[in-house]
Amino acid sequence: MTNKNLNNHPLYTTFLKKLAREKYIVRFFQVIIFLTFFLAWEIASESGWVDPLIFSSPSRVFRLIITATIDGSLWYHLRITVFETIAGFLIGTLAGVLLAFLLWYSKRFSDIIDPYLVVFNALPKVALGPIIIVVLGPGYGAIITMGAIICVIVSALVVYNGFYKVDDNYIKVLTSFGATKWQKFIEVVFPASLPTIISTFKVNVGLSWVGVIVGEFLVASKGLGYLIVYGFQVFNFTLVLYSLVLIAFLAAIMYQAVAYLEKWLLKIVH
Amino acid sequence: MSYLELDGISHYYFSEQQCKQAIDQVSLSIEKGKFTALLGPSGCGKTTLLSIIAQLIKPTEGAVTIERRSVEQHSRMIGYMLQQDYLFPWKTILDNVCIGPKLHGELTELEFNKAKALLRKVSLDHVEELYPNQLSGGMRQRVALARTLMTDPAILLLDEPFSALDFQTKLLLENFMVEMLSQYKKTAILVTHDIGEAIAMSDDIYLMQPNPGRIHLHLTVPEVVRELSPIEARRHPEYHRLFDEIWKEMTELDQQESK
Ligand SMILES: Nc1ncnc2c1ncn2[C@@H]1O[C@H](COP(=O)(O)OP(=O)(O)OP(=O)(O)O)[C@@H](O)[C@H]1O
Ligand SMILES: [Mg+2]
Repeated sequence: MTNKNLNNHPLYTTFLKKLAREKYIVRFFQVIIFLTFFLAWEIASESGWVDPLIFSSPSRVFRLIITATIDGSLWYHLRITVFETIAGFLIGTLAGVLLAFLLWYSKRFSDIIDPYLVVFNALPKVALGPIIIVVLGPGYGAIITMGAIICVIVSALVVYNGFYKVDDNYIKVLTSFGATKWQKFIEVVFPASLPTIISTFKVNVGLSWVGVIVGEFLVASKGLGYLIVYGFQVFNFTLVLYSLVLIAFLAAIMYQAVAYLEKWLLKIVH
Repeated sequence: MSYLELDGISHYYFSEQQCKQAIDQVSLSIEKGKFTALLGPSGCGKTTLLSIIAQLIKPTEGAVTIERRSVEQHSRMIGYMLQQDYLFPWKTILDNVCIGPKLHGELTELEFNKAKALLRKVSLDHVEELYPNQLSGGMRQRVALARTLMTDPAILLLDEPFSALDFQTKLLLENFMVEMLSQYKKTAILVTHDIGEAIAMSDDIYLMQPNPGRIHLHLTVPEVVRELSPIEARRHPEYHRLFDEIWKEMTELDQQESK
């Protein structure tokens, strides 16, 4: 069998050129939209088409970012919110997997708990905010709990469904070797549903942001959610938009990081 | 002298909607070192019967004994091979073969060497570090055989182990399996709906009928056919005579069924 390398076929070269050109066009318009948006915002605000008191302007937000970076307050608030989000995400995800394990391990437990899970899953978890704060006190604990509680049930249900869908015959093989239920979980059920578990990460990280920001709205005296509420109260909308820009930026980074983690983990397990 | 004995086995599947009888009063006895085939149409309870022998399910009535002792005291004596290989895709071939000892908490260097020797035996020593999806169907089924043999079961239960393979691979693997099992002096029960496979491989054939699953007929394969390898056996006139006989029986069963 001859395996000729056709990489210098003239049509292939044209194809590659076309591909590169297409990528360039897409990138070009993305940049244009970005610039237009901020430019329009700046001009509209400077010339008074929109109220600069409410909509601020990119240059003011940018200046605030600079001063906040210099006086350290940017890092201070950002650090706290990021920490709370990551903690909420990790705790929520782990608790979700653990709950899924319990549901899988005991059919009776899952039958008993089923209606409560349905109700709790449907409930908008942020409505629990005040109760959580009263119980845990206003502080990190309550905010992290908000970030965790918002994703725990839904990931438990998704992961449990994954556990349940594992081909019975794999388990039969283990049973024929006399495996215990725990061994069946470790050797088959868990590795077979790893892709499902990993797929909940991306959703959970987004949910944790919601929980943490709402939590900060309610109690905090630091963090980006707090800055939004504070800015709103003192009518400093530059501060509000500054926090919003930071949150958008951080959330996007975290989402991408989790997406990469997902890709990497999936490559390892399969 | 009988070795493995089924005594009045009946099995019902219970669900909220219905109670379905899958097996009705099956009794049979198998001698040590013999190769027995359970032959019958789809749904006649072959898999159910094997699962009962393997203790994957408990029979509603009746008992399974090995050397007159209840199977529960012999749980490690039985190896079970499923319809498809069901190798774990996230484990290497070597780790797949070693799953039995691992579950028993006996995974030592010795066991690894034994696994490697077994893989050599099934001519697959070059794939130890690969993953199942890198192997062909026939290779995977051979790995599954090695995995089953790893725990030294005295009795092998084979649930249509060749049904997912192409014809040529299937014939080669039949030969291979018969050779391996007689070399290791295993007692084996093969479930199949392929008449030719049953005759070519086994010493005894139990023909089953459905609704509910029952033993219809016990046939013994003539000595001349038994001595031949499965591929050669298929060319022997006695093979064809037996094939016709079973074919006729099955057609009659079919007609009774549709009445
Ligand atoms: N878990 C179950 N619950 C209810 N009924 C079942 C269950 N498993 C099998 N059955 C029924 O029991 C009967 C025997 O099934 P079994 O799987 O033993 O047949 P089989 O001979 O192995 O068939 P095949 O050749 O298709 O594998 C069938 O009628 C089937 O519908
Ligand atoms: Mg079957």
